[in-house]
Amino acid sequence: MPIKVQIPQAMRQHADNQASVDLAGASVKEVLDNLGAKFPNIVGRIFENGQLRRFVNIYLNDEDIRYLDNLQSATKDGDVLSIIPAVAGV
Amino acid sequence: MSDFVRGLKCRLCGKAYPKKPLNYCEDDFGPLEVDYDYDAIREVVNRGKIELRPFNMWRYRELLPIDGEPTVGPLVGGTPLVRADRLAEALGVQKLWVKNDAVNFPTLSFKDRVVSVALSKAREFGFDTVGCASTGNLANSVAANAAQAGLKSYIFVPHDLEQAKILNTIVYGANLVGIKGTYDDVNRLCSQIADRYNWGLVNVNLRPFYAEGSKSFGFEIAEQLGWRTPQHVVSPMAGGSLIGKIHKAFHELYKVGLIDREPKCKIYGAQATGCNPITAGLKAGSDSHRPVRKPNTIAKSLAIGDPADGYFAIKVMKETGGWGEDVSDAEIADAMLLLARTEGIFAETAGGVTLAVTKKLIEQGRIPRDEEIVICITGNGLKTQDAIANVVERHAVIRPNIDDFAAVLEGGRREPALV
Repeated sequence: MPIKVQIPQAMRQHADNQASVDLAGASVKEVLDNLGAKFPNIVGRIFENGQLRRFVNIYLNDEDIRYLDNLQSATKDGDVLSIIPAVAGV
Repeated sequence: MSDFVRGLKCRLCGKAYPKKPLNYCEDDFGPLEVDYDYDAIREVVNRGKIELRPFNMWRYRELLPIDGEPTVGPLVGGTPLVRADRLAEALGVQKLWVKNDAVNFPTLSFKDRVVSVALSKAREFGFDTVGCASTGNLANSVAANAAQAGLKSYIFVPHDLEQAKILNTIVYGANLVGIKGTYDDVNRLCSQIADRYNWGLVNVNLRPFYAEGSKSFGFEIAEQLGWRTPQHVVSPMAGGSLIGKIHKAFHELYKVGLIDREPKCKIYGAQATGCNPITAGLKAGSDSHRPVRKPNTIAKSLAIGDPADGYFAIKVMKETGGWGEDVSDAEIADAMLLLARTEGIFAETAGGVTLAVTKKLIEQGRIPRDEEIVICITGNGLKTQDAIANVVERHAVIRPNIDDFAAVLEGGRREPALV
């Protein structure tokens, strides 16, 4: 079972209009690299100089990866990875 | 009335978008902000015209992002700017004011300002259901204003909120959902909800418009001081948006010719030590906030560990020459009592945070004692009574007997709670 990556609405135009994509990878970084390989237009929108952009949050099974091991956080089959804009809230 | 909004613009890359319910840039995920035609506004506004209008937030409507007349919250704002001489004496300063949104209408917090804009906008966009992620005050305001506007509402809060804030949401008939997690968990869920359902979530997809409502807090301060800005403003920080909007408000007034001198106001941000992502980032010299996974403070309305505007809040504090500080729960409770006992204003815990931080900044010498200071009170103490229930004195209970009362007087049963 692969890892399910959830794509936010405004980015789906760069991902064949899919709300989620199933990908392989042993870490968050590997999964996102595989996402970028499949949909090259997504890479620059999430990353800047190899770092996650300031207003991009990545969640691994409902936990912010900054509280785990960031991009190196280990992933396993069945995990859900969500790309979520950070610009929300009070 | 004509509309002076050109559209939305990314705060990072400047990419332009039409007016629509969207909060982030498709290219870099940067926040979108309302883009106004200030030259056109300058042509049509002047002090005399504004002063003839009713004293509420909509007297500055040319600088607020709605088409035509507001349809939700037409009476919001217009709260007192109190000259606080007794509090000034207690703090050892000369010129002090309290901007008191604890009495904002209808739900006793500054959130009514942002919600009236957001829900007026929700109607323009044709939403029949609205909602929010909230630490309480926003929940109350969305619930009440949605009820009055005849909109359905779904409101998401951390499950362990103060009882008063829960009741003050359900009473208006809102669909309230408690989330087992922190505010940041609630917020993340709401971004996913906005993605899936076609609702107007005030602080998600309506956020660019919503946030503009906060500017009216700053417009009022300037007008109430006689169309000028103070030297220092101290504001609480939760998501970190308000201090930026106060700063923006002052500069917009100058830009459109409503104040004569370019604002030189220093802006200070206040947080609780139990949830201090922004002040910790600032004090560490970082340009970004330091996320707090598990906030732990009595100031629940400020308990946001990953504030959306942390980056911009730090920028505003640095660029204006202000600063930021954080205070303990004990200092927060003491400051709530101090404000109540010097000025007769019962602020919520966030107000205690702001006053305690002001005191600290004065003691540190960061705010000079002889300059003008405005403290921002954004919510009402009746909603956070639990926080001070154990701090205030027990009152005497006696028989209806004059000697019993004389004994109370002589006994000096009151124990001072102020340190």
